[in-house]
Amino acid sequence: MKMLINVAETVVADALRGMAAAHPELVVDVENRVVVRRDAPVAGKVALVSGGGSGHEPLHGGFVGPGMLSAACPGEVFTSPVPDQMLRAAAAVDSGAGVLFVVKNYTGDVLNFDMAAELAEDEGVQVAKVLVDDDVAVSDSLYTAGRRGTGATLFVEKIAGAAAEEGQPLERVETIARQVNAGSRSFGVALTACSTPAKGGPTFDLPPGELELGVGIHGEPGRERRAMMTSGEIADFAVDAILADLSPRNPVLVLVNGMGATPLLELYGFSAEVQRVLAARGVAVARTLVGNYVTSLDMAGASVTLCQIDEELLRLWDAPVATPGLRWGR
Amino acid sequence: MPDLDLPDPDPSGPGLLDAGFLRRWMTAAAASVDREADRLTALDSAIGDADHGSNLRRGFTAVASELEKEPPDTPGAVLALAGRHLISTVGGASGPLYGTLLRRAGKALGDAAAVSRQELADALRAGVDAVRQLGGAAPGDKTMVDALVPAVDALGTSFAAARSAAEEGALATTPLRARKGRASYLGERSVGHQDPGAASSALLVAALAEAAGE
Repeated sequence: MKMLINVAETVVADALRGMAAAHPELVVDVENRVVVRRDAPVAGKVALVSGGGSGHEPLHGGFVGPGMLSAACPGEVFTSPVPDQMLRAAAAVDSGAGVLFVVKNYTGDVLNFDMAAELAEDEGVQVAKVLVDDDVAVSDSLYTAGRRGTGATLFVEKIAGAAAEEGQPLERVETIARQVNAGSRSFGVALTACSTPAKGGPTFDLPPGELELGVGIHGEPGRERRAMMTSGEIADFAVDAILADLSPRNPVLVLVNGMGATPLLELYGFSAEVQRVLAARGVAVARTLVGNYVTSLDMAGASVTLCQIDEELLRLWDAPVATPGLRWGR
Repeated sequence: MPDLDLPDPDPSGPGLLDAGFLRRWMTAAAASVDREADRLTALDSAIGDADHGSNLRRGFTAVASELEKEPPDTPGAVLALAGRHLISTVGGASGPLYGTLLRRAGKALGDAAAVSRQELADALRAGVDAVRQLGGAAPGDKTMVDALVPAVDALGTSFAAARSAAEEGALATTPLRARKGRASYLGERSVGHQDPGAASSALLVAALAEAAGE
Protein backbone atom coordinates (compact mmCIF):
# COMPACT_ATOMS: atom_id res chain seq x y z
CA MET A 1 0.00 0.00 0.00
CA LYS A 2 1.43 3.38 -1.03
CA MET A 3 1.53 6.07 1.67
CA LEU A 4 2.82 9.63 1.60
CA ILE A 5 5.31 9.05 4.41
CA ASN A 6 9.03 8.68 5.02
CA VAL A 7 9.06 5.78 7.47
CA ALA A 8 6.27 4.49 9.69
CA GLU A 9 8.20 5.28 12.89
CA THR A 10 8.19 9.04 12.31
CA VAL A 11 4.67 9.73 10.93
CA VAL A 12 3.42 11.40 14.10
CA ALA A 13 6.53 13.54 14.61
CA ASP A 14 6.57 14.49 10.92
CA ALA A 15 2.93 15.61 11.06
CA LEU A 16 3.60 17.65 14.20
CA ARG A 17 6.52 19.41 12.51
CA GLY A 18 4.20 20.26 9.64
CA MET A 19 1.58 21.50 12.05
CA ALA A 20 4.10 23.73 13.81
CA ALA A 21 5.07 25.34 10.51
CA ALA A 22 1.47 25.89 9.40
CA HIS A 23 0.10 27.15 12.70
CA PRO A 24 2.29 29.69 14.47
CA GLU A 25 -0.69 30.43 16.74
CA LEU A 26 0.00 27.05 18.37
CA VAL A 27 3.01 25.86 20.32
CA VAL A 28 3.80 22.40 18.97
CA ASP A 29 6.28 20.48 21.12
CA VAL A 30 7.31 17.78 18.67
CA GLU A 31 9.60 15.93 21.06
CA ASN A 32 7.16 15.73 23.94
CA ARG A 33 4.07 15.51 21.73
CA VAL A 34 1.97 18.29 23.12
CA VAL A 35 0.04 20.93 21.14
CA VAL A 36 -0.82 24.07 23.16
CA ARG A 37 -2.51 27.34 22.24
CA ARG A 38 0.13 30.02 22.25
CA ASP A 39 -1.68 32.37 24.66
CA ALA A 40 -2.00 29.66 27.35
CA PRO A 41 -2.43 29.81 30.27
CA VAL A 42 -5.35 32.22 29.89
CA ALA A 43 -5.83 34.06 33.19
CA GLY A 44 -8.89 33.11 35.16
CA LYS A 45 -10.16 30.59 32.62
CA VAL A 46 -10.65 26.85 32.81
CA ALA A 47 -8.44 24.91 30.41
CA LEU A 48 -9.53 21.91 28.33
CA VAL A 49 -7.02 19.15 27.59
CA SER A 50 -7.77 16.21 25.36
CA GLY A 51 -5.78 13.65 23.47
CA GLY A 52 -5.83 10.21 22.02
CA GLY A 53 -4.21 8.08 19.40
CA SER A 54 -3.14 9.79 16.19
CA GLY A 55 -4.93 8.94 12.94
CA HIS A 56 -8.17 10.81 13.73
CA GLU A 57 -7.08 14.24 12.49
CA PRO A 58 -8.14 16.98 12.81
CA LEU A 59 -9.14 15.51 16.22
CA HIS A 60 -7.56 16.47 18.67
CA GLY A 61 -4.62 18.73 17.77
CA GLY A 62 -6.65 20.47 15.07
CA PHE A 63 -9.17 21.57 17.70
CA VAL A 64 -6.69 23.52 19.81
CA GLY A 65 -7.33 27.24 19.93
CA PRO A 66 -9.60 29.93 21.39
CA GLY A 67 -13.09 28.58 22.01
CA MET A 68 -12.14 24.91 22.02
CA LEU A 69 -9.17 22.94 23.44
CA SER A 70 -6.30 24.55 25.34
CA ALA A 71 -3.99 21.63 24.60
CA ALA A 72 -3.96 18.22 22.93
CA CYS A 73 -1.75 15.17 23.40
CA PRO A 74 -1.31 13.02 20.29
CA GLY A 75 -0.31 9.41 20.87
CA GLU A 76 1.15 6.98 18.38
CA VAL A 77 -1.26 5.99 15.61
CA PHE A 78 -4.38 4.53 17.27
CA THR A 79 -2.55 4.36 20.62
CA SER A 80 -3.46 6.54 23.56
CA PRO A 81 -0.87 9.05 24.69
CA VAL A 82 1.12 8.48 27.89
CA PRO A 83 0.56 10.23 31.26
CA ASP A 84 3.73 12.34 30.88
CA GLN A 85 2.10 14.12 27.93
CA MET A 86 -1.12 15.00 29.73
CA LEU A 87 0.84 16.11 32.77
CA ARG A 88 2.98 18.42 30.66
CA ALA A 89 -0.10 19.77 28.86
CA ALA A 90 -1.97 20.40 32.12
CA ALA A 91 1.01 22.27 33.58
CA ALA A 92 1.28 24.41 30.44
CA VAL A 93 -2.38 25.49 30.33
CA ASP A 94 -3.54 25.67 33.95
CA SER A 95 -4.16 29.27 35.01
CA GLY A 96 -5.21 28.16 38.47
CA ALA A 97 -8.86 27.84 37.41
CA GLY A 98 -8.51 24.11 36.80
CA VAL A 99 -8.27 21.71 33.89
CA LEU A 100 -10.94 19.53 32.28
CA PHE A 101 -9.69 16.32 30.67
CA VAL A 102 -11.88 15.23 27.74
CA VAL A 103 -11.35 11.48 27.41
CA LYS A 104 -12.75 9.15 24.78
CA ASN A 105 -13.93 5.94 26.40
CA TYR A 106 -11.26 3.44 25.41
CA THR A 107 -9.47 1.40 28.05
CA GLY A 108 -6.06 2.83 27.14
CA ASP A 109 -7.17 6.46 27.07
CA VAL A 110 -9.02 6.09 30.36
CA LEU A 111 -6.09 4.43 32.17
CA ASN A 112 -3.51 6.94 30.95
CA PHE A 113 -5.66 10.00 31.68
CA ASP A 114 -6.50 8.59 35.14
CA MET A 115 -2.82 8.23 35.94
CA ALA A 116 -2.15 11.73 34.63
CA ALA A 117 -5.00 13.22 36.67
CA GLU A 118 -3.57 11.71 39.84
CA LEU A 119 -0.10 13.07 39.10
CA ALA A 120 -1.44 16.52 38.14
CA GLU A 121 -3.43 16.75 41.37
CA ASP A 122 -0.26 15.87 43.27
CA GLU A 123 1.26 18.94 41.62
CA GLY A 124 -1.61 21.13 42.73
CA VAL A 125 -3.62 21.29 39.50
CA GLN A 126 -7.37 20.92 39.96
CA VAL A 127 -8.52 18.32 37.43
CA ALA A 128 -11.98 17.20 36.33
CA LYS A 129 -12.64 14.49 33.75
CA VAL A 130 -15.42 13.81 31.29
CA LEU A 131 -15.70 10.51 29.44
CA VAL A 132 -17.15 10.57 25.94
CA ASP A 133 -19.09 7.39 25.09
CA ASP A 134 -21.57 8.01 22.31
CA ASP A 135 -21.30 5.03 19.95
CA VAL A 136 -24.59 3.10 19.91
CA ALA A 137 -23.04 0.30 17.85
CA VAL A 138 -21.55 -1.13 21.04
CA SER A 139 -24.22 -3.16 22.79
CA ASP A 140 -24.06 -5.15 26.00
CA SER A 141 -22.06 -2.38 27.55
CA LEU A 142 -22.19 -4.13 30.93
CA TYR A 143 -20.09 -6.90 29.40
CA THR A 144 -17.69 -4.81 27.36
CA ALA A 145 -15.37 -1.89 27.91
CA GLY A 146 -18.49 0.27 27.39
CA ARG A 147 -19.52 2.47 24.52
CA ARG A 148 -16.76 4.00 22.43
CA GLY A 149 -16.15 7.71 22.19
CA THR A 150 -16.45 8.92 18.60
CA GLY A 151 -18.12 11.92 16.91
CA ALA A 152 -19.59 13.41 20.08
CA THR A 153 -16.03 14.30 21.11
CA LEU A 154 -16.23 17.24 18.71
CA PHE A 155 -19.47 18.47 20.28
CA VAL A 156 -18.07 18.11 23.82
CA GLU A 157 -14.81 19.90 22.97
CA LYS A 158 -16.55 22.74 21.10
CA ILE A 159 -19.37 23.40 23.56
CA ALA A 160 -17.40 22.93 26.80
CA GLY A 161 -14.56 24.90 25.19
CA ALA A 162 -16.93 27.81 24.57
CA ALA A 163 -18.13 27.67 28.17
CA ALA A 164 -14.52 27.80 29.39
CA GLU A 165 -13.75 30.68 27.04
CA GLU A 166 -16.65 32.61 28.60
CA GLY A 167 -15.00 32.22 31.99
CA GLN A 168 -17.40 29.68 33.48
CA PRO A 169 -15.97 27.79 36.49
CA LEU A 170 -14.60 24.23 36.27
CA GLU A 171 -17.63 22.62 37.89
CA ARG A 172 -19.96 24.27 35.38
CA VAL A 173 -17.74 23.46 32.37
CA GLU A 174 -17.62 19.83 33.51
CA THR A 175 -21.43 19.71 33.92
CA ILE A 176 -21.92 21.12 30.43
CA ALA A 177 -19.48 18.60 28.97
CA ARG A 178 -21.35 15.75 30.65
CA GLN A 179 -24.66 17.12 29.44
CA VAL A 180 -23.42 17.22 25.84
CA ASN A 181 -22.12 13.66 26.06
CA ALA A 182 -25.31 12.38 27.68
CA GLY A 183 -27.37 13.90 24.85
CA SER A 184 -25.19 12.56 22.03
CA ARG A 185 -25.28 9.32 20.07
CA SER A 186 -23.30 8.13 17.05
CA PHE A 187 -23.29 5.35 14.49
CA GLY A 188 -20.59 4.69 11.90
CA VAL A 189 -20.14 2.59 8.77
CA ALA A 190 -17.03 1.57 6.85
CA LEU A 191 -16.87 0.96 3.12
CA THR A 192 -13.19 0.01 3.28
CA ALA A 193 -10.73 -0.93 6.01
CA CYS A 194 -8.06 1.57 7.00
CA SER A 195 -4.32 1.02 6.70
CA THR A 196 -1.97 1.86 9.55
CA PRO A 197 1.56 2.98 8.68
CA ALA A 198 2.99 0.32 11.03
CA LYS A 199 1.17 -2.48 9.23
CA GLY A 200 1.51 -0.96 5.78
CA GLY A 201 -1.80 -2.42 4.67
CA PRO A 202 -5.46 -2.80 5.61
CA THR A 203 -6.09 -3.75 9.26
CA PHE A 204 -9.00 -6.00 8.31
CA ASP A 205 -10.49 -7.59 5.18
CA LEU A 206 -13.61 -6.05 3.75
CA PRO A 207 -14.64 -7.51 0.38
CA PRO A 208 -15.52 -4.99 -2.36
CA GLY A 209 -19.26 -5.74 -2.34
CA GLU A 210 -19.75 -5.38 1.42
CA LEU A 211 -19.81 -2.76 4.17
CA GLU A 212 -19.27 -2.85 7.95
CA LEU A 213 -22.09 -1.47 10.05
CA GLY A 214 -21.30 -0.08 13.50
CA VAL A 215 -17.60 0.37 12.88
CA GLY A 216 -15.31 2.20 15.30
CA ILE A 217 -12.62 4.74 14.48
CA HIS A 218 -9.58 2.51 14.93
CA GLY A 219 -9.92 0.09 12.08
CA GLU A 220 -11.51 -2.32 14.47
CA PRO A 221 -14.12 -4.29 12.56
CA GLY A 222 -17.77 -3.49 13.16
CA ARG A 223 -20.40 -5.76 14.57
CA GLU A 224 -22.23 -6.66 11.38
CA ARG A 225 -21.33 -7.02 7.74
CA ARG A 226 -23.82 -6.69 4.89
CA ALA A 227 -23.97 -6.44 1.12
CA MET A 228 -23.26 -2.85 0.06
CA MET A 229 -26.20 -0.48 0.58
CA THR A 230 -27.15 2.86 -0.97
CA SER A 231 -26.52 6.17 0.80
CA GLY A 232 -30.25 6.41 1.59
CA GLU A 233 -30.38 2.89 3.03
CA ILE A 234 -27.31 3.56 5.17
CA ALA A 235 -28.87 6.81 6.46
CA ASP A 236 -32.06 4.92 7.41
CA PHE A 237 -30.03 2.28 9.24
CA ALA A 238 -27.70 4.71 11.05
CA VAL A 239 -30.35 7.21 12.14
CA ASP A 240 -32.73 4.48 13.28
CA ALA A 241 -29.93 2.84 15.28
CA ILE A 242 -29.37 6.17 17.03
CA LEU A 243 -33.05 6.92 17.57
CA ALA A 244 -33.56 3.47 19.09
CA ASP A 245 -31.44 4.82 21.94
CA LEU A 246 -32.15 8.57 21.98
CA SER A 247 -35.57 10.21 21.75
CA PRO A 248 -34.81 13.89 21.25
CA ARG A 249 -37.52 16.24 22.41
CA ASN A 250 -35.38 19.25 21.56
CA PRO A 251 -33.70 20.12 18.26
CA VAL A 252 -30.41 18.36 17.56
CA LEU A 253 -26.98 19.20 16.25
CA VAL A 254 -26.07 16.86 13.41
CA LEU A 255 -22.52 15.84 12.55
CA VAL A 256 -22.16 13.96 9.27
CA ASN A 257 -18.55 12.93 9.61
CA GLY A 258 -16.27 11.42 6.99
CA MET A 259 -13.88 8.65 8.04
CA GLY A 260 -11.05 10.05 5.93
CA ALA A 261 -11.34 8.72 2.39
CA THR A 262 -14.92 9.54 1.48
CA PRO A 263 -15.28 12.63 -0.75
CA LEU A 264 -17.29 15.63 0.43
CA LEU A 265 -19.52 15.10 -2.62
CA GLU A 266 -20.63 11.78 -1.13
CA LEU A 267 -20.77 13.16 2.43
CA TYR A 268 -23.15 15.98 1.45
CA GLY A 269 -25.33 13.51 -0.44
CA PHE A 270 -25.37 11.27 2.63
CA SER A 271 -26.17 14.29 4.81
CA ALA A 272 -29.22 15.00 2.62
CA GLU A 273 -30.40 11.43 3.25
CA VAL A 274 -29.80 11.84 7.00
CA GLN A 275 -31.93 15.02 6.97
CA ARG A 276 -34.68 13.16 5.09
CA VAL A 277 -34.79 10.39 7.71
CA LEU A 278 -34.71 12.86 10.63
CA ALA A 279 -37.59 14.84 9.11
CA ALA A 280 -39.57 11.64 8.61
CA ARG A 281 -38.99 10.71 12.27
CA GLY A 282 -40.05 14.18 13.46
CA VAL A 283 -36.61 15.25 14.73
CA ALA A 284 -35.89 18.97 14.36
CA VAL A 285 -32.39 19.93 13.24
CA ALA A 286 -30.80 23.07 14.69
CA ARG A 287 -27.38 22.93 12.98
CA THR A 288 -25.58 20.53 10.66
CA LEU A 289 -21.83 20.12 10.24
CA VAL A 290 -20.51 18.06 7.30
CA GLY A 291 -16.86 17.10 6.83
CA ASN A 292 -13.91 15.00 7.94
CA TYR A 293 -13.50 15.72 11.65
CA VAL A 294 -13.10 12.43 13.54
CA THR A 295 -11.36 10.26 11.01
CA SER A 296 -9.86 6.82 10.86
CA LEU A 297 -6.79 7.29 8.64
CA ASP A 298 -7.74 6.37 5.06
CA MET A 299 -10.95 4.54 5.86
CA ALA A 300 -13.86 5.17 3.49
CA GLY A 301 -17.19 5.59 5.23
CA ALA A 302 -19.04 7.97 7.48
CA SER A 303 -20.61 8.37 10.87
CA VAL A 304 -23.67 10.25 12.06
CA THR A 305 -23.74 11.96 15.46
CA LEU A 306 -26.82 13.60 16.91
CA CYS A 307 -26.61 15.86 19.95
CA GLN A 308 -29.74 16.98 21.75
CA ILE A 309 -29.36 20.61 22.78
CA ASP A 310 -31.10 23.40 24.63
CA GLU A 311 -30.80 27.16 24.15
CA GLU A 312 -27.63 27.49 26.18
CA LEU A 313 -25.86 24.64 24.38
CA LEU A 314 -26.87 26.10 21.01
CA ARG A 315 -25.51 29.49 22.03
CA LEU A 316 -22.22 27.87 23.06
CA TRP A 317 -22.12 25.90 19.80
CA ASP A 318 -22.56 29.12 17.82
CA ALA A 319 -19.91 30.98 19.86
CA PRO A 320 -16.71 31.93 18.03
CA VAL A 321 -14.04 29.29 17.59
CA ALA A 322 -10.60 29.64 16.01
CA THR A 323 -8.74 26.35 15.54
CA PRO A 324 -7.08 24.73 12.53
CA GLY A 325 -9.98 22.29 12.18
CA LEU A 326 -13.01 24.35 13.18
CA ARG A 327 -13.31 28.10 12.76
CA TRP A 328 -16.23 30.50 12.72
CA GLY A 329 -17.66 33.66 14.23
CA ARG A 330 -14.61 35.90 14.17
CA MET B 1 35.18 -6.03 42.49
CA PRO B 2 34.00 -3.20 44.78
CA ASP B 3 30.94 -5.03 46.05
CA LEU B 4 32.24 -5.76 49.53
CA ASP B 5 29.59 -3.54 51.10
CA LEU B 6 26.76 -5.69 49.77
CA PRO B 7 24.97 -7.82 52.36
CA ASP B 8 25.83 -11.49 52.50
CA PRO B 9 23.69 -13.77 50.35
CA ASP B 10 20.56 -15.10 52.01
CA PRO B 11 21.53 -18.25 53.98
CA SER B 12 18.70 -20.19 52.32
CA GLY B 13 21.27 -20.85 49.64
CA PRO B 14 21.17 -21.39 45.89
CA GLY B 15 18.44 -20.10 43.61
CA LEU B 16 18.71 -16.57 44.87
CA LEU B 17 17.56 -14.03 42.36
CA ASP B 18 19.48 -10.77 42.33
CA ALA B 19 19.22 -7.54 40.36
CA GLY B 20 21.32 -9.08 37.58
CA PHE B 21 18.77 -11.88 37.17
CA LEU B 22 15.87 -9.41 36.94
CA ARG B 23 17.82 -7.36 34.39
CA ARG B 24 18.42 -10.54 32.33
CA TRP B 25 14.66 -11.14 32.47
CA MET B 26 13.88 -7.69 31.11
CA THR B 27 16.57 -7.98 28.42
CA ALA B 28 15.23 -11.38 27.36
CA ALA B 29 11.71 -9.94 27.31
CA ALA B 30 12.84 -7.08 25.08
CA ALA B 31 14.50 -9.50 22.66
CA SER B 32 11.47 -11.77 22.63
CA VAL B 33 8.97 -8.94 22.07
CA ASP B 34 11.19 -7.65 19.28
CA ARG B 35 11.28 -11.10 17.58
CA GLU B 36 7.55 -11.67 18.00
CA ALA B 37 6.29 -8.13 17.36
CA ASP B 38 4.83 -8.97 13.96
CA ARG B 39 2.95 -11.97 15.35
CA LEU B 40 1.52 -9.86 18.20
CA THR B 41 0.46 -7.18 15.74
CA ALA B 42 -1.16 -9.81 13.51
CA LEU B 43 -3.16 -11.16 16.47
CA ASP B 44 -4.16 -7.59 17.34
CA SER B 45 -5.16 -6.94 13.75
CA ALA B 46 -7.79 -9.69 13.95
CA ILE B 47 -9.62 -8.35 17.02
CA GLY B 48 -8.02 -5.03 17.89
CA ASP B 49 -6.22 -2.26 16.11
CA ALA B 50 -3.00 -3.82 14.89
CA ASP B 51 -0.45 -2.10 17.08
CA HIS B 52 0.25 -4.33 20.07
CA GLY B 53 3.60 -5.59 18.76
CA SER B 54 4.98 -2.21 17.79
CA ASN B 55 3.85 -0.57 21.04
CA LEU B 56 5.41 -3.21 23.29
CA ARG B 57 8.57 -3.24 21.21
CA ARG B 58 8.94 0.51 21.74
CA GLY B 59 8.40 0.07 25.50
CA PHE B 60 10.70 -2.87 26.15
CA THR B 61 13.44 -1.42 23.95
CA ALA B 62 13.32 1.69 26.15
CA VAL B 63 13.40 -0.46 29.29
CA ALA B 64 16.42 -2.47 28.10
CA SER B 65 18.36 0.65 27.19
CA GLU B 66 17.56 2.38 30.52
CA LEU B 67 18.64 -0.71 32.48
CA GLU B 68 21.93 -0.71 30.64
CA LYS B 69 22.54 3.00 31.25
CA GLU B 70 21.98 2.93 35.00
CA PRO B 71 21.55 -0.60 36.29
CA PRO B 72 19.60 -0.56 39.58
CA ASP B 73 21.12 -2.77 42.28
CA THR B 74 18.07 -4.46 43.75
CA PRO B 75 15.45 -6.72 42.11
CA GLY B 76 12.67 -4.41 43.28
CA ALA B 77 14.35 -1.36 41.75
CA VAL B 78 14.81 -3.15 38.42
CA LEU B 79 11.10 -3.93 38.18
CA ALA B 80 10.06 -0.47 39.39
CA LEU B 81 12.23 1.21 36.77
CA ALA B 82 10.96 -1.11 34.04
CA GLY B 83 7.35 -0.39 35.03
CA ARG B 84 7.87 3.36 35.02
CA HIS B 85 9.40 3.30 31.56
CA LEU B 86 6.62 1.11 30.15
CA ILE B 87 4.05 3.62 31.43
CA SER B 88 6.01 6.50 29.89
CA THR B 89 6.59 4.94 26.47
CA VAL B 90 3.96 2.35 25.50
CA GLY B 91 0.63 4.17 25.69
CA GLY B 92 -2.64 2.40 25.01
CA ALA B 93 -3.95 0.09 27.70
CA SER B 94 -0.83 -2.06 27.61
CA GLY B 95 1.43 0.69 28.96
CA PRO B 96 -0.42 1.31 32.23
CA LEU B 97 -1.27 -2.39 32.66
CA TYR B 98 2.22 -3.85 32.10
CA GLY B 99 3.75 -0.86 33.85
CA THR B 100 1.55 -1.40 36.90
CA LEU B 101 2.30 -5.14 36.91
CA LEU B 102 6.05 -4.54 37.17
CA ARG B 103 5.93 -1.45 39.40
CA ARG B 104 3.67 -3.13 41.93
CA ALA B 105 5.78 -6.29 41.90
CA GLY B 106 8.89 -4.17 42.35
CA LYS B 107 7.32 -2.39 45.30
CA ALA B 108 6.39 -5.74 46.87
CA LEU B 109 10.02 -6.88 46.65
CA GLY B 110 11.12 -3.88 48.71
CA ASP B 111 14.86 -3.24 48.86
CA ALA B 112 16.04 -6.84 49.32
CA ALA B 113 19.36 -7.46 47.53
CA ALA B 114 18.16 -10.90 46.39
CA VAL B 115 14.91 -12.82 46.56
CA SER B 116 13.72 -16.41 46.28
CA ARG B 117 11.54 -17.73 43.46
CA GLN B 118 8.63 -17.89 45.88
CA GLU B 119 9.15 -14.27 46.89
CA LEU B 120 9.19 -13.28 43.23
CA ALA B 121 5.99 -15.29 42.67
CA ASP B 122 4.29 -13.51 45.57
CA ALA B 123 5.41 -10.11 44.30
CA LEU B 124 4.15 -10.85 40.79
CA ARG B 125 0.86 -12.00 42.26
CA ALA B 126 0.53 -8.58 43.90
CA GLY B 127 1.29 -7.09 40.47
CA VAL B 128 -1.37 -9.21 38.78
CA ASP B 129 -3.90 -8.22 41.43
CA ALA B 130 -3.13 -4.56 40.69
CA VAL B 131 -3.61 -5.21 36.97
CA ARG B 132 -6.97 -6.84 37.64
CA GLN B 133 -8.04 -3.90 39.74
CA LEU B 134 -6.88 -1.30 37.22
CA GLY B 135 -8.37 -2.98 34.15
CA GLY B 136 -11.36 -4.53 35.87
CA ALA B 137 -10.68 -7.85 34.15
CA ALA B 138 -11.34 -11.26 35.70
CA PRO B 139 -10.06 -14.63 34.44
CA GLY B 140 -12.08 -15.68 31.39
CA ASP B 141 -12.53 -12.13 30.06
CA LYS B 142 -10.01 -12.86 27.28
CA THR B 143 -7.20 -10.61 28.50
CA MET B 144 -3.59 -10.78 29.73
CA VAL B 145 -4.99 -11.90 33.09
CA ASP B 146 -5.78 -15.31 31.54
CA ALA B 147 -2.07 -15.95 31.00
CA LEU B 148 -0.72 -14.21 34.10
CA VAL B 149 -2.90 -15.78 36.80
CA PRO B 150 -2.01 -19.42 35.99
CA ALA B 151 1.64 -18.42 35.48
CA VAL B 152 1.92 -16.85 38.92
CA ASP B 153 0.22 -19.90 40.45
CA ALA B 154 2.70 -22.23 38.74
CA LEU B 155 5.75 -20.12 39.56
CA GLY B 156 5.67 -21.65 43.04
CA THR B 157 6.63 -24.95 41.35
CA SER B 158 9.23 -23.87 38.80
CA PHE B 159 10.02 -21.29 36.11
CA ALA B 160 9.35 -23.87 33.41
CA ALA B 161 5.94 -24.66 34.92
CA ALA B 162 5.08 -20.96 34.89
CA ARG B 163 6.05 -20.72 31.22
CA SER B 164 3.84 -23.71 30.29
CA ALA B 165 0.94 -22.38 32.33
CA ALA B 166 1.16 -18.96 30.67
CA GLU B 167 1.32 -20.47 27.20
CA GLU B 168 -1.65 -22.72 27.90
CA GLY B 169 -3.57 -19.79 29.40
CA ALA B 170 -2.87 -17.65 26.33
CA LEU B 171 -3.98 -20.39 23.93
CA ALA B 172 -7.09 -21.00 25.99
CA THR B 173 -8.27 -17.42 25.26
CA THR B 174 -8.95 -18.38 21.62
CA PRO B 175 -12.50 -19.72 22.06
CA LEU B 176 -13.48 -17.02 24.58
CA ARG B 177 -15.65 -14.00 23.93
CA ALA B 178 -13.86 -10.77 24.93
CA ARG B 179 -15.42 -8.82 27.77
CA LYS B 180 -12.72 -6.20 28.32
CA GLY B 181 -10.53 -4.05 26.12
CA ARG B 182 -11.00 -3.14 22.51
CA ALA B 183 -11.82 -6.69 21.37
CA SER B 184 -14.96 -6.54 23.52
CA TYR B 185 -16.58 -4.29 20.90
CA LEU B 186 -16.66 -7.26 18.53
CA GLY B 187 -18.90 -9.38 20.73
CA GLU B 188 -19.19 -12.89 19.29
CA ARG B 189 -16.77 -11.99 16.50
CA SER B 190 -13.90 -12.02 18.99
CA VAL B 191 -14.38 -15.79 19.37
CA GLY B 192 -11.76 -17.88 17.56
CA HIS B 193 -8.85 -15.46 17.95
CA GLN B 194 -6.11 -15.60 20.57
CA ASP B 195 -5.97 -12.49 22.76
CA PRO B 196 -2.86 -10.44 21.88
CA GLY B 197 -2.36 -9.29 25.49
CA ALA B 198 -2.45 -12.88 26.75
CA ALA B 199 0.05 -13.79 24.02
CA SER B 200 2.48 -11.03 25.03
CA SER B 201 2.08 -11.98 28.70
CA ALA B 202 3.11 -15.53 27.79
CA LEU B 203 6.22 -14.10 26.09
CA LEU B 204 7.07 -12.16 29.24
CA VAL B 205 6.80 -15.32 31.38
CA ALA B 206 8.80 -17.35 28.84
CA ALA B 207 11.53 -14.71 29.05
CA LEU B 208 11.58 -15.19 32.82
CA ALA B 209 12.15 -18.94 32.36
CA GLU B 210 14.84 -18.16 29.80
CA ALA B 211 16.63 -15.88 32.26
CA ALA B 212 16.53 -18.73 34.79
CA GLY B 213 17.97 -21.13 32.23
CA GLU B 214 14.87 -23.33 32.31
